[in-house]
Amino acid sequence: MGTKLTIGKAINAGLRAAMDSDPKVLMMGEDVGKLGGVFRVTDGLQKDFGADRVIDTPLAESGIVGTAIGLALRGYRPICEIQFDGFFFPATNQTFSQLAKMRRRSAGALSLPVVIRIPYGGGIGAVEHHSESPEAYFAHTAGLRVVTVATPEDAYWMIQQAVTSDDPVIFLEPKRRYYEKSEVETGGALSAATPMDAARVARPGNDATLLAYGPMVKTALQAAEADTERDIEVVDLRCLAPIDYDTVTASVRRTGRLVVVHEAPLTNGVGGEIAARVTEECFYHLEAPVTRVCGFDTPYPQSRLEEHYLPDLDRVLDGVDRVFAY
Amino acid sequence: MHYTTAHEDTELIQLLTPDGELRDHPDYPLDISTEEIRDLYRDLVLVRRVDTEAVALQRQGELGLWASLLGQEAAQVGSGRALRANDMAFPSYREHGVAWCRGIHPKELLGLFRGVTNGGWDPYEHGCQLYTIVIGTQNLHATGYAMGVQRDGALGEDGTAVISYFGDGATSQGDTNEAFNFAAVNNAPVVFFCQNNQWAISEPLERQSRVPLYQRARGYGFPGVRIDGNDVLASLAVTRQALRSAREGQGPTLIEAFTYRMGAHTTNDDPTRYRVSAELDEWKQRDPILRMRAYLSDQGIAGDAFFTEVDSEADDLGERVRRECRELPEPDPLDIFREVYAEPNSHIDRQRADFAEYLASFEDAGANEGR
Ligand SMILES: Cc1ncc(C[n+]2csc(CCOP(=O)(O)OP(=O)(O)O)c2C)c(N)n1
Repeated sequence: MGTKLTIGKAINAGLRAAMDSDPKVLMMGEDVGKLGGVFRVTDGLQKDFGADRVIDTPLAESGIVGTAIGLALRGYRPICEIQFDGFFFPATNQTFSQLAKMRRRSAGALSLPVVIRIPYGGGIGAVEHHSESPEAYFAHTAGLRVVTVATPEDAYWMIQQAVTSDDPVIFLEPKRRYYEKSEVETGGALSAATPMDAARVARPGNDATLLAYGPMVKTALQAAEADTERDIEVVDLRCLAPIDYDTVTASVRRTGRLVVVHEAPLTNGVGGEIAARVTEECFYHLEAPVTRVCGFDTPYPQSRLEEHYLPDLDRVLDGVDRVFAY
Repeated sequence: MHYTTAHEDTELIQLLTPDGELRDHPDYPLDISTEEIRDLYRDLVLVRRVDTEAVALQRQGELGLWASLLGQEAAQVGSGRALRANDMAFPSYREHGVAWCRGIHPKELLGLFRGVTNGGWDPYEHGCQLYTIVIGTQNLHATGYAMGVQRDGALGEDGTAVISYFGDGATSQGDTNEAFNFAAVNNAPVVFFCQNNQWAISEPLERQSRVPLYQRARGYGFPGVRIDGNDVLASLAVTRQALRSAREGQGPTLIEAFTYRMGAHTTNDDPTRYRVSAELDEWKQRDPILRMRAYLSDQGIAGDAFFTEVDSEADDLGERVRRECRELPEPDPLDIFREVYAEPNSHIDRQRADFAEYLASFEDAGANEGR
């Protein structure tokens, strides 16, 4: 059953499927009810599942994640919506100190099947604290799974996989791609979908690997397309914790060159980790040092400058040139 | 419906009725000249005009976003005019009326929403800190600042008081509750000014609180009062008194200004999805500007000539706001790296140099290829 869906609508459909198939699944957050969320990702869910399962919470992120932990301890599977990336931070204590560590502390007696959905990244001309890329904080915290989507197909299936996972999952939604539309195969079993922690070769190629995730996958694909002289492979990482190094290193062993692209600041970012690991595992296959094309080590700038902050087609191509010029 | 309950509330402090009648309140004497009353009216009209223009500018693509204060002018102007020069205000993001009273030029506000600045004004020059978007955070900052004022011994008749602005939704945040408690146990000279405009985006007050907000103050150990937030005179008188009490070392007060957000939450929001138009119609009857105008003319404090003069002043201001918005300079790309650290930082220096070189490569290419 193929249908054309945007990423936003695909997440909506995935949430709906998850709620349909398990009455323990709850949705909670600010404005998720009547309004359907500020991005309308939860549109219609409260109407169909009721205000007991789609809960408009008080305006308190620590409260949202903290009570979700309690609900999970009671056998529910809460999906929290944090309205924007920059508003996650009030919930850090609950997430990093509690949610991520409880399973280990209880020697496996407790499961925390909590999903925290966060619209993240820039490119929508927003005001402050609406364009953050916090993925490295999450990926650096043991006990959390961190995923992000780049296509409607992945959006539909991965949100369901996140909900059925018995681990806490940080589900990062690239907000500037919410309106990207493509075919989604909504039929079939969840178990048949590509696992959410597997990376995906989005475009095969032989000369260099461009690795991206979330909002940058589209830009990476455009760059690969634009480079008519070279045959560029694009890998969509999908899962930032744990990282599917097998797919990444297999690609780099073949192409010999790697450019990692992300919007988040360069220093101590996910790209640095990948560069280190690829250097360890593929040293003799590399034709050039791993290169990173990332956001700057500055606060996200005012919106009139975000086009300069965000890696764009030219900056990605510039990075590709660097691994060939070596 | 929820908004009628407080309307009947006997604890609601109101000096000017919706019909424009002035009523004395035993606890809140209004010590004000007719000149000041006229000025308050002028402020209300001008602030509303800035807001109307900003909404229009957003529609024309000149601003990325705007959070309208429509309906909340009286709460903001009354409390804003109660402040003295050496007081310090901690706004949220909708406090255009407060900013106006603190002498912040409207174009500074527009710069933030246009995306050419990240802040825009010198907080110390104006006695008004930068807008805050993360809900509730400024309440702790205000409390800490007030604790500093205490330590500086800057209390007393000519001392400094602090005021913090936030919404009904913000009362749910941990930060707000922690701020209430810190302020209480430290007896800090801070006034918590909550504009209860009934909505936190789509969530009505019932999703934030089961008790009237002003009553929460009791649990922390300081007074809470509810005022008619559409009554600029009540806002002025009650805030003055709360600031005085703070200055005199009697600690914090919570003021709940009971008002209504007449517009959308921001220009991105569509309130028809969650609220009924009857509610808006009801609140239009309590418009803060109309009641002042009725009072001024009924009392013969001002006549047509004055109203015409204020309107034309508003027209001029509107024109100026539109022009100055369009004239705001575009930031330089290398501004991204400015003022991130006070001391030199090698990461930034290196990235700035690399990026400058990268940008220059386009200019060279442009010169060669005519790109
Ligand atoms: C910590 C945090 N969570 C969520 C948001 C998103 N948000 C922006 S305004 C708003 C509603 C605020 O309502 P209220 O405090 O009543 O103030 P109002 O906008 O009505 O003046 C929300 C949820 C935010 N800015 N900060």
